[in-house]
Formats: sequence, C-alpha cells, structure tokens
Amino acid sequence: MSRLLTSATPRHLARTRTLMTTTSFTPTQLSIRHSILSLCRTKFPNSYWREADQTSSDPTSFHAAIASAGFLGIALPESYGGAGLGISEATMMMQSIAESGAGMAGAQAIHANVYATQPLLKFASEEMKSEVLPRIVDGSERVCFGVTEPGAGLDTMSLRTTAVRQMGEDGEEVYRISGQKVWTTCAHVADRIILLARTSPREAVSKPSAALSLFCIPLDRTQEGLTMRRIPKMGGRAVDAAEVFFTDYTAHASCLIGGVEGKGWEIVTHGMNAERCLLAGEALGLGYAALERAASYAKEREVFGRPIGKNQGIAHPLAEAWIRLEAAKLATYHAARMYDESTASEASSAVGQQDVDAPTQKEVGVAANSAKYLAAEVAFAACERAVLTHGGMGYAVEYDVERWFRESLVPRIAPVSREMILNFVGEKVLGLPRSY
Amino acid sequence: MHPTSARLLNILVPIKRTIDYAVKIRVNPQNTGVDTNVKHSMNPFDEIAVEEAIRQRERNKDAIKSIKVVSIGPPKASEVIRSALAMGADSGIHVEYPDSAPSPEPLAIAKTLKAIIEREAKEKNAPIDLVILGKQAIDDDAGQTGQMLAGLLGWGQATYASKVELDASGKSANVTTEIDGGSQQLKGQLPMVITTDLRLNEPRYASLPNIMKAKKKPVEKLSPSDLGIDLTPLLETIRISEPAKRQAGAKVETVEELVAKLKEAGFKAA
Ligand SMILES: Cc1cc2nc3c(=O)[nH]c(=O)nc-3n(C[C@H](O)[C@H](O)[C@H](O)COP(=O)(O)OP(=O)(O)OC[C@H]3O[C@@H](n4cnc5c(N)ncnc54)[C@H](O)[C@@H]3O)c2cc1C
Repeated sequence: MSRLLTSATPRHLARTRTLMTTTSFTPTQLSIRHSILSLCRTKFPNSYWREADQTSSDPTSFHAAIASAGFLGIALPESYGGAGLGISEATMMMQSIAESGAGMAGAQAIHANVYATQPLLKFASEEMKSEVLPRIVDGSERVCFGVTEPGAGLDTMSLRTTAVRQMGEDGEEVYRISGQKVWTTCAHVADRIILLARTSPREAVSKPSAALSLFCIPLDRTQEGLTMRRIPKMGGRAVDAAEVFFTDYTAHASCLIGGVEGKGWEIVTHGMNAERCLLAGEALGLGYAALERAASYAKEREVFGRPIGKNQGIAHPLAEAWIRLEAAKLATYHAARMYDESTASEASSAVGQQDVDAPTQKEVGVAANSAKYLAAEVAFAACERAVLTHGGMGYAVEYDVERWFRESLVPRIAPVSREMILNFVGEKVLGLPRSY
Repeated sequence: MHPTSARLLNILVPIKRTIDYAVKIRVNPQNTGVDTNVKHSMNPFDEIAVEEAIRQRERNKDAIKSIKVVSIGPPKASEVIRSALAMGADSGIHVEYPDSAPSPEPLAIAKTLKAIIEREAKEKNAPIDLVILGKQAIDDDAGQTGQMLAGLLGWGQATYASKVELDASGKSANVTTEIDGGSQQLKGQLPMVITTDLRLNEPRYASLPNIMKAKKKPVEKLSPSDLGIDLTPLLETIRISEPAKRQAGAKVETVEELVAKLKEAGFKAA
C-alpha cells in the first residue's frame, strides 16, 4: 500500500469505504453502490440527517438529488425514463442510501417512489403509466402508499376506507372516497397516493379480497374532503408519517388501477415481495453503518489505558453482529434475485416460453419474508450494540448511533411485523395450522 | 470570431485495475507475490485522471472531441474501463493478458501506450493530443509510466499536477505541479503527458443513466501481440516478504533520560 496515499487518504476514497464484503455482486450492482455512497456521503453527510431529524424537516434536496442522478427509475423500463434494472439493483441502492448514514429516513424519503411504481408498471393502463411514471422518475412528483388503517392493522381484509363510483357533477364518472389511513409515509410531501380501498361490502363478494381495489389518486389539497395530521414519532423524524382523512374526496374514475374493481389485493401482493427485499436492504445498510461506527469508536476510545475494543465484552458482540449482517445480506440478495427471476419468467411465459426452473410466488414470498426478518433483527442488534459501545456518548445526538437505533425499530414493525412473518413461515413452510 | 478550423483534441487516459486502497495487503504463502484474491478497483490516481479529462471537456466544450481510456490488464480490467465510461469517457481499449501472466513493468506499459498512440494517429485518424494518467499506481508504487511514455514519444511532460489549464485553441497547457515544499508552474505545447496528484480534483459519482450508457459504449479488445508488444517482465522477482515487525519502543519520562538512551545507542552530537 502506497505510503503517499495512506498519509493523506483522498476524500473520494473514504466515502465508499464500508464493512460489507462485496464478492459475488455484479459490476452493475457495485457501480450503483459506489455511486450512491459517493453521492450521499459528499452531499448529504450525517450532519444533514441529524439536522433534518432534530427539526423534522423533509429531506427535499436529497430526494431531488437522487432523482436528478437518475436513480428513482432504477427498476422501471427505459421507456418511462428508467434504467430497466431489477429489484436486486434497487435493493442495493436502498441499502447504500441507508448505509451512507442517511438511515431509514433517507430510505423512506424515496422508498414508495421506487417500490409502489412496480404494481403500477404491471397493472396500470398505458395512459396512467405514461402520465405518472416519468414524473416520479424525474422527481417532479412524489408518491405515498396508503394501506394501513387504524381499525384494520395487519388484517388488511377488514379495511374500511370506501371508494364509491358515481356520476360526477360534470357528467364524468368519479370515485368518492371516505375513510382514514394511518402511518402514510411522506403524505405531506406527496403529490399522489396509491390507495387501497373497499369498493364492495365484504359480504357482497365471493372472497374478501375481491372487495378491495387499488387507486392512484392525485392529492388535491384544495378539496375540503382531504385532511392530514402528522404523527409525532420515535425515529426517522425528517420524514413525515401521517393520518390521512378522506371525506367524500372526489377523484376521476380513471384513477382506478387496472380498470376493473376487485383486483386491489392481487395488485398489492404483487409488489409486496419486492418491498420486503427493499426493506431488508435498508435494514442491512443501517446495521452496517452502526457497526462501522461502533468498531471505529472501539478502536479509538481508551479507558483503563487501552482501547475499549480490546475487551472481548466489546469486541465479540460487534463481531457477532458482523457475521449476522453478512448472513442476512446473503439471504436478502438471494431473495431479490429470486424475485427478479420470477418476474423475468412471468415476462417470458407471457410470450409463450415457460421457464420451469423459475421460483414460484410462494418460494419468493418465503425468501423475501425470511430475509426481511433476519435483516431487521440484526440491524436492531447492531444499532443497540453501537449505542452501548459508545457508552454515554451513544446517547448523544452528535454520535449518530442513537438516531440509527431509533430508526432500527421500523424494519421490525413495517411493512409486516415479525409475528406475521413467523405466522407465514409456520403455515407455508412448516405446514402448521393457522392461528388466526 | 470565425469558427476555428483547428482540429479538435483527443485525450487518452490510461487506467489500471489495482487492489482496492482499503484492502490490507498480504504476502502470499509461497512468498512469490501478494494475495490478489481481494477487492480491486480503479487506481485512485487514475480516477482523478479520468475526472480531469471530463472536466476539461466540460470547460472547453467544443474543443475536445474524444476521451478514450485504455487499460492493460487481465480480463477483469474491463470493469475499471466500464467505471471510467460511466464517469463520462467515450470509449475504451482493453489490452488483455491472461490472469496467469506476470504483471508487466512500467517500461512495457509505456511502450504499449506509445504503440496505441501511434495506432490512433495512423489507423484511426484520431491523433492523441494529451495523455492524462495517474502519477503512480498504488500497488507497485513505481511512479514511472508517465515519464517513460513522454520520453519514448519525445513529448513534454508535467508530472504531479494539481491544476491544469488547457488552452485548446493555442494547443498548450498551463500546469501547476507539486514539488518538494511547494508548487511550480509549467507551460507546454501539446501533445503532452500529464500525471495527476491528489489535489487535482475530486472524482464525481456516476449517474444511473450514465452507468447504463457505459454498458453500450465501445470497448476495443486487443492483445499485446496485436500491437507488436512483448509484456514479459525484464526483472525476475525472486522473493516477496513482509517487512520485519517493528520492535516496540520504550517510553522515556524526561529529556535527560532520552539523551542518555540515545548516547547508549551510540548516537553522538554532530
Ligand atoms: C415508520 C412507519 C412507517 C410506515 N409507513 C407506512 C406507509 O407508508 N403506508 C402504510 O400503509 N403503512 C405504513 N406503516 C404501517 C405499517 O405497515 C404497520 O404499522 C404494520 O403493518 C403493522 O400494522 P399495525 O400497526 O396496525 O399493527 P397491528 O395489526 O395492530 O398489530 C399489533 C401487534 O400485534 C401483532 N399481531 C397482530 N395479529 C397477530 C397474529 N395473528 N398473530 C401474532 N401477532 C399478531 C402484530 O405482530 C403486532 O406486533 C408504517 C409504519 C411505521 C411504523
């Protein structure tokens, strides 16, 4: 190693240094990682995120920078301004954003724009796609995703927000929407909401899922029937999460995704496994960021005349966190690859070529949920350890680890809880009876 | 102003794939070399060279016609070519040698570059006006290629550059270079060889569309024999070993004690 270099490490090298091993990633994935880490660490350092968190101010300039570097269209086709890559690459991008220090706040600021556009791509009309997708890709519009309701929780089938098709005042068909969503991330800064709502009473349809439909609705704040309330929360405070209230809110009938009612659940589940992969990546990024910080502090901080990292009580939990992060990384990119393979095989079977080896939806679901579970748990463990390694300083905002620790609860709760993943694996893999 | 009829400039940027700067270098168990089964990336000084070429084009928009990168290396050197293309270079040349071949010495690299430069002029009608390359590669730290190339070509050279001002129409360059204890200003006519130092610039990140476009940019693959070059090293490496472990020092409490210890060790006042 060059002496000339170690004496003055150039800034452009320090910015892409991380603890994760990168064997077996593709050159494209590594280019994305390199570029995102450089972009984030030079333009949006930890001070930016500390400030945004402390003042609950939206990272608007960050969203704009990611959009203008062309990253929001990572998993959309070139015809809509995208790069035509897969969820594996999108996961790498989300991980690298979180890992740069931006954490979950950075990830959540763009998450829905990357993920909620997937179901649009597959199910929306050409007209809707060409209207909405290029604007999301270039950053001129942002979207949010509204599924969760206060009265339904993880039991999505019992959601209560209704959308009723009617003849509007100007003779055009409209939907009138009433109900409440909760935890809608980025609602305050979004231009559109992808909304899951009930279009029939539960009893009126053969199976409960057939009562739900998915919409892509412009958020027109001049309508009285739309109000939002910011939810004060534990972490990721830069990014808002809101209660969104609809009272006879009117949207043009063309906002129904896929053109037929009753397909909402099918469309949402299509994108779910992709979202699990992205979240697993975000959790990994958070975990590696915290671990790296902890390890460097443990090397420098001297107590009892030696670096604290010399004590195995400090070193071993950090070493264990690294081993678990590496394992969760393999699970995550394995799931993302399966997702991409299954999407590719859907595309080729649509033109009459069957790929018999492609993973089934169930296999993808098991892999994606397992990866999200693993990554979320180890991210939390790594963040907790990072705080403890810092002692009292771990509790100080200045050291960043408390911010990441607060954020590390999110991947354990959303978009699906740990318990529901264990329920899913119990039922689908082990064949155990359903408990609920 | 009349549109100038002057020929537009072509820049060549030689780049090397090296062991990543963050990897701890280890000697292999056979003591024949270092362990190369580790992360590699573009030599950091070469990244600065690519960046400089792109910045020169941004500054002198219409005056620079092409930025071509060339890497002489094993199959995987194509990865650093793609990275340079993603940053904004237009095309690449990969002079490939097998993984099993020993790594070539600076003189062989300089001769290869000279052959490429001659080929660009004769066969491609794209004579190179400026070569920008790293002052050294962080693997062998030889720091000789740029100077040898300038010597072989009979071109001017400005080494360890920290600032480059190109006068595209006057076909000259003002270069600030780093020297011991300060800097010096050099002015030279093109064609010219410039080697880059750390302070020259901070390389950019590639945008996603540029990463995607890079996959489609042309990369020409050549073998050393296509250029009439033999890369066989002139030197034989007999043995590579770790530097001897440094002995732990002792702490002294006072200046007197220090002086006493120095005397003990045989040091005398001059
Ligand atoms: C920061 C943040 C951002 C979010 N962003 C969005 C967003 O943008 N859009 C959106 O739609 N939602 C969003 N959510 C909501 C998130 O998806 C839900 O919080 C999550 O799905 C859990 O639902 P719930 O809060 O209603 O929990 P509940 O359904 O009330 O569950 C509470 C607890 O009970 C457990 N539980 C429930 N049923 C069972 C069972 N059968 N077996 C075992 N345990 C059970 C759960 O695991 C959980 O621990 C966000 C949440 C957070 C915290």
